[in-house]
Amino acid sequence: MKAVTWRGVNEIGVEDVPEPKILNDHDIILEVGLSVTCGSDLHLLGGYIPAMRAGDVLGHEFMGTVAEVGKGVTKHRVGDRVVVVSFIGCGQCWYCENELWSLCDNGNPNPGITEALWGQSIGGCFGYSHAMGGWAGSHARYIRVPYADQGAFPIPDGVSDERALFASDAAPTGWTGAHQAEVKAGDVVAVWGAGGVGQMAARKAMLMGAERVVVIDRFDNRLEQVRTHIGAETLDYEQVDVPAELREMSGGRGPDVCIEAVGMEAHSPGPQYLYDQVKQQLRLQSDRPTALREAIYACRKGGTVFALGVFGGLVDKFPMGAVMNKALTLRGAQQHGHRYVPEILDLMSRDEVKTEHLATHVMPLDQGPRGYEMFKNKEDGCVRAVFRPGG
Amino acid sequence: MTSALGTVASLAARAGGSVVRQVLSVLEHGSGAGAVSAPASGWLVVSINREPTEIDATSLPAPLAAYGDRIQTRIRPAADGKGTELAVRLTQRSGNASGPARLLGSDPQGDLRSALRKAKQLIEVGEVLAVDPAPHGRRSATPAGAALEAVAKRAPKGGVL
Repeated sequence: MKAVTWRGVNEIGVEDVPEPKILNDHDIILEVGLSVTCGSDLHLLGGYIPAMRAGDVLGHEFMGTVAEVGKGVTKHRVGDRVVVVSFIGCGQCWYCENELWSLCDNGNPNPGITEALWGQSIGGCFGYSHAMGGWAGSHARYIRVPYADQGAFPIPDGVSDERALFASDAAPTGWTGAHQAEVKAGDVVAVWGAGGVGQMAARKAMLMGAERVVVIDRFDNRLEQVRTHIGAETLDYEQVDVPAELREMSGGRGPDVCIEAVGMEAHSPGPQYLYDQVKQQLRLQSDRPTALREAIYACRKGGTVFALGVFGGLVDKFPMGAVMNKALTLRGAQQHGHRYVPEILDLMSRDEVKTEHLATHVMPLDQGPRGYEMFKNKEDGCVRAVFRPGG
Repeated sequence: MTSALGTVASLAARAGGSVVRQVLSVLEHGSGAGAVSAPASGWLVVSINREPTEIDATSLPAPLAAYGDRIQTRIRPAADGKGTELAVRLTQRSGNASGPARLLGSDPQGDLRSALRKAKQLIEVGEVLAVDPAPHGRRSATPAGAALEAVAKRAPKGGVL
């Protein structure tokens, strides 16, 4: 079958790869309907998460039709239309049972790598390096889904493929950020990053009763999407002093909750961007925390900062003094999607969560390299490039 | 990203193999924050999300049962409802294997760590999760790829468990 593969740093290929097979009783084989690029893929593409091998199949955000079921699968049948959470959780360990699904003890067959990096292993993730389990990704005609009774969810009739697709990762990641940051009614919430995840974090914050939600980015089309499809306010960080604007918008306090949905390749117009780039390229830090720093400085005293963008290792010039002296709560997480997908699909079925606008460019799988190029360079207003393996 | 910085980025990213080597070093030599290590007692411990009454020390899953009297086991309730702590250690311990010994496949502590992880999965989920053979395209024969392959091969036995 055809698959979009990582060939090396900044090299994407389309190759013939073997079709997956059921290896465990709780597996399904899914015929992929749609599979979408994610901003976190760009960290793999750029070599910032180096546990990739040439030939690895990319993609972790997807939906499709069940093609085969393992003998231990009870919730799915051949022909079911499902969306699959990008993280792999067993549903049986203490973390899964406590709704911390991305921290699953059993979903990563290569725990030694992340234990060496972070002191503990977390769950696995499709198409996201050998550090996260070495699972083949979804940019292919078929994908094997382990623990399918836990991670695959039937799509309600009336919810389009294009909408349900983002219940795989962007929406539940945004949900994770707003919910785990404990947004409260009346809060002012600032979200750095107007990509799919940032937009969904903003939407969840609004649904949780935030009085004011402000999304920060520099791309006009993305900020326009926020205003039009999410209903939140926006700031262009190349045009305004973000902390100053946020102070004014929050009565001089600063936002109650600051959600960073940018991650390790943050951009900024100031000199610290050059500083962070140089440090990162010299491997003196693995991640550029520009937006995270700003979130910490901007946050009100006693507020919460949530790191939702993907970070992989070490950052420099981390404002620990602000965290400590302002009594901030600092949290982070990959998505605990299994917890949120049922709610998201229900809201999607009632048109209270809309995501189709994120799929700005839909194309066949063999245009994968071009899709990633457009996505990376934000060409033609590309917010997400979506692949349709069936053509 | 500016083009000049992009060039630098590409060069540096190609050096990503250095990070792989760093991880490999940690896995093999036991240095760093997440080093391969074991307490002086030699016990390796996991918490299993099951009641203590559900885990029978005389009938452990096959990966541990295969050790017979070559291991000691300890079972006790985990604090705060976090299940049951299952600890194992080799009866005859000779310290952590050296890096070269591990590369040659002789790593009793790593083997036991892997067996304990499998036992936990069997008790909690009923199966040991397999990832290979995973579909993939053409593999390039590069030093970074070889290093990563070594890391991945070692990963089920490595870590800080």
